[in-house]
Amino acid sequence: MAAAAAGAGSGPWAAQEKQFPPALLSFFIYNPRFGPREGQEENKILFYHPNEVEKNEKIRNVGLCEAIVQFTRTFSPSKPAKSLHTQKNRQFFNEPEENFWMVMVVRNPIIEKQSKDGKPVIEYQEEELLDKVYSSVLRQCYSMYKLFNGTFLKAMEDGGVKLLKERLEKFFHRYLQTLHLQSCDLLDIFGGISFFPLDKMTYLKIQSFINRMEESLNIVKYTAFLYNDQLIWSGLEQDDMRILYKYLTTSLFPRHIEPELAGRDSPIRAEMPGNLQHYGRFLTGPLNLNDPDAKCRFPKIFVNTDDTYEELHLIVYKTELRPSSYTQSEASISASVHPTLDFCRRLDSIVGPQLTVLASDICEQFNINKRMSGSEKEPQFKFIYFNHMNLAEKSTVHMRKTPSVSLTSVHPDLMKILGDINSDFTRVDEDEEIIVKAMSDYWVVGKKSDRRELYVILNQKNANLIEVNEEVKKLCATQFNNIFFLD
Amino acid sequence: MGEEDYYLELCERPVQFEKANPVNCVFFDEANKQVFAVRSGGATGVVVKGPDDRNPISFRMDDKGEVKCIKFSLENKILAVQRTSKTVDFCNFIPDNSQLEYTQECKTKNANILGFCWTSSTEIVFITDQGIEFYQVLPEKRSLKLLKSHNLNVNWYMYCPESAVILLSTTVLENVLQPFHFRAGTMSKLPKFEIELPAAPKSTKPSLSERDIAMATIYGQLYVLFLRHHSRTSNSTGAEVVLYHLPREGACKKMHILKLNRTGKFALNVVDNLVVVHHQDTETSVIFDIKLRGEFDGSVTFHHPVLPARSIQPYQIPITGPAAVTSQSPVPCKLYSSSWIVFQPDIIISASQGYLWNLQVKLEPIVNLLPDKGRLMDFLLQRKECKMVILSVCSQMLSESDRASLPVIATVFDKLNHEYKKYLDAEQSYAMAVEAGQSRSSPLLKRPVRTQAVLDQSDVYTHVLSAFVEKKMPHKFVIAVLMEYIRSLNQFQIAVQHYLHELVIKTLVQHNLFYMLHQFLQYHVLSDSKPLACLLLSLESFYPPAHQLSLDMLKRLSTANDEIVEVLLSKHQVLAALRFIRGIGGHDNISARKFLDAAKQTEDNMLFYTIFRFFEQRNQRLRGSPNFTPGEHCEEHVAFFKQIFGDQALMRPTTF
Repeated sequence: MAAAAAGAGSGPWAAQEKQFPPALLSFFIYNPRFGPREGQEENKILFYHPNEVEKNEKIRNVGLCEAIVQFTRTFSPSKPAKSLHTQKNRQFFNEPEENFWMVMVVRNPIIEKQSKDGKPVIEYQEEELLDKVYSSVLRQCYSMYKLFNGTFLKAMEDGGVKLLKERLEKFFHRYLQTLHLQSCDLLDIFGGISFFPLDKMTYLKIQSFINRMEESLNIVKYTAFLYNDQLIWSGLEQDDMRILYKYLTTSLFPRHIEPELAGRDSPIRAEMPGNLQHYGRFLTGPLNLNDPDAKCRFPKIFVNTDDTYEELHLIVYKTELRPSSYTQSEASISASVHPTLDFCRRLDSIVGPQLTVLASDICEQFNINKRMSGSEKEPQFKFIYFNHMNLAEKSTVHMRKTPSVSLTSVHPDLMKILGDINSDFTRVDEDEEIIVKAMSDYWVVGKKSDRRELYVILNQKNANLIEVNEEVKKLCATQFNNIFFLD
Repeated sequence: MGEEDYYLELCERPVQFEKANPVNCVFFDEANKQVFAVRSGGATGVVVKGPDDRNPISFRMDDKGEVKCIKFSLENKILAVQRTSKTVDFCNFIPDNSQLEYTQECKTKNANILGFCWTSSTEIVFITDQGIEFYQVLPEKRSLKLLKSHNLNVNWYMYCPESAVILLSTTVLENVLQPFHFRAGTMSKLPKFEIELPAAPKSTKPSLSERDIAMATIYGQLYVLFLRHHSRTSNSTGAEVVLYHLPREGACKKMHILKLNRTGKFALNVVDNLVVVHHQDTETSVIFDIKLRGEFDGSVTFHHPVLPARSIQPYQIPITGPAAVTSQSPVPCKLYSSSWIVFQPDIIISASQGYLWNLQVKLEPIVNLLPDKGRLMDFLLQRKECKMVILSVCSQMLSESDRASLPVIATVFDKLNHEYKKYLDAEQSYAMAVEAGQSRSSPLLKRPVRTQAVLDQSDVYTHVLSAFVEKKMPHKFVIAVLMEYIRSLNQFQIAVQHYLHELVIKTLVQHNLFYMLHQFLQYHVLSDSKPLACLLLSLESFYPPAHQLSLDMLKRLSTANDEIVEVLLSKHQVLAALRFIRGIGGHDNISARKFLDAAKQTEDNMLFYTIFRFFEQRNQRLRGSPNFTPGEHCEEHVAFFKQIFGDQALMRPTTF
């Protein structure tokens, strides 16, 4: 990864420089109550990455964090320190449940230069990382853990510290490898959901489909409906959907797309006699419905943990219009009772054909939308929009997400400016507008109205402030004319 | 068989008349639906009773021989009596006209009059064995004028008064039928057609019997109904009724075949566009609806009975019956009696008992006899008195005990809305036609009739949905049903009324399903309206995002700018309000006092300064001076401004 980044830099001087992106140094979870006396410090530690670190160092690092939080609490009892900046790294603290602390230590990006005598000189870029971005990443770690394991407290109740440690180890061992700290940006702060724009009638048809399915498959408790990685309907509450959406779009779906893109048609669906031709299949659960020994194992998820604390099975079912086509609709279904193979067959026979029909309806809509927006020429700007109220997010800055990296089409410096503007917005409640002249011919505009935020990146030669302002007004008039978004 | 099972009944208040006996002859006139009781040839009195008039007409006439046929013209103007096979006698019942009888002999030599029919209050048709003669009666002259006549051999005839069509049976087999149509002094001959007779043993001569033919209007179209006792095809057993469609123009065409699946003696009625077939052997009846889906073989549609065969509901002869009935307890009436005579469309007469009934269809029992809800709806929507029954079916399918599945509920809603949409479209095209040509209004332009089958949103809301949401049903089901109704309305492109949206919102709020509500609004499933926006505003304390949703909605309405300003000011977002109103170019007409008041309330002096300055600049621009006019009532704000920022902070008039 590092080499690739260095290779991307060009010019005669660039060859002299090597860049190293931010990286995860350590990640640990502790509870000070578990080892309050001297000599018991090790008991506090519930999880530590990397595990190879010597015990005493683990204890020292945990102790340091504890001390910093404790110290800052004297100044601000309700809001202790969230992060610690040092020359080489940054530490982020989060207390998701009472007395349970999660700490993530990220190494600052490094530039390695050749000095005149040929010796490499390492330079830490202390100001590159944005606190808000990585604090959000840390919070997301907890949410993801909770989605699949329930709360820390629940594990304690179920099987004490031992069980909690086992669960943490099992989950984070894998999860931390997927963090990709080098490509975290504004979108991680938002943790938004991309909604698929749809006309009322098609939307109502989907509603009708979901209601009927939930009626005939009565162990189904909640249903979410997605199309091309975009959400159309969620029966789950917003917070649960937010993290499930993250899981589906950045982990589960990409994992299933890649083998198909590689040209290998998964030989999953053998023709079933008398069955309607459709390309539906389970992304979780049994691979082959005709195999009587097929395993019906679905991941468990935990939702409404503040309230009813429901433990459900996550069924993800997907159809495609044609095998290996890009247009697909997925129904993510949460069932309360353990689904059997028989249930899976029933679901397949009910959902498969109908979902295929709906997918073609939606696809038609999709093409209409594309034609309408496609008639205009490539716009001079890129934007990111986010609405805190419904978590709706829209970005023309980001390309399609893959499981490994989220690709942006703009320079990282511009992304950093966006992050800075966002930090400014957080400080005040009032509506605000910030216009920044960036390097070369770039302008960055941030607007906040009510609970919505819009970030625009423009590239116009010799534009002045007034022209930029006009451009943004025009953009708002075309893209956001159906919402109350103040100019 | 429970009481609820009978779906056919005799009307509660039959027409009663003196029983037929050797001295009392009874006649029935299909055109006026009147029963004539003629005692001793009329000498001891004639009593005429119709279904609508409870006051019978009584009169006497001289006994000039046996009465063969007796009928009033329409509106009871002229009485015609046939006593011989050559002549018909007339008597005026018009005030100021002579009541002396006058006579008309048929024009055709050697012809025998088979009967006569009134086609209007003064036009009459004689049917003879050699043709028909169409006369105009001139009551004041006491004479008749021949308008038209037509010669052909006639075996028997049949008259359908609703469509003014006379059917004549001709040829040896009697199976070629020649229809004539009468209208305002004209007689037109329609194309003749042949009824296919079933194969009969060689020994017997096949012929078409008058008893096996009926004429009736079904769904606005005239049909000739032929009761075919033995099917032509050997593989099907049982009799069938063949329906020939007789259009105003063009040839008669065989359209429907009603499969009876039994043999024996049958009689036909048509009630509420349903063909009722009575079977005497089993004393039951079945009904057919030609609008329900049947099996189409490319030219003819085959129908089966809509419901299992049932008897007509047992009927008690009331105590207050004719004088002859002396017993105190009601007497059960013998149904399907061999003395019954059936007339079209819905009349059953028992001459021996002295009753005339109208046959009626009861819809309530059918609800339980027809389990297929889609077919039940198709059936009910075609009936005259269907509204309350349909609404009760809807309520029933949403009730806890009889809950239907969502696909069934969807089908029912779709059928209701299909009918509703048809009416709305007719209304609209009528309105457009009226608007387009008020002056030259054509007689063809008729306001569409709203039948009971048109169940609009307010009907469904009032009688079904509002009660349904109050019940303790699982909220998932309640919401699914409401969404299904809204989906159906949308599918038929019917604008959804806001009270339905309010019902959805109310239900969602009740169950704290705000995120669902948010998503519905996001996809505009709940259409924008001011009432809805206000409702959302009121929800803000339970669900903060409702505020944003409401503002968005007001913005989209584009007629609610004043409301937006009010909302923002109430939230102390004075600057936002001002920027909004400036954005839409309305800032020259707003009240300065309102904004200054709001700014002062925020206790933010800098904000007050900004707002104050803005209006000073506006004054300068509009009137050339920054001062406020007395009419603006801003004195207190000017004083406040001076108090805080000093006199010198006031904007000075620019002078050039």
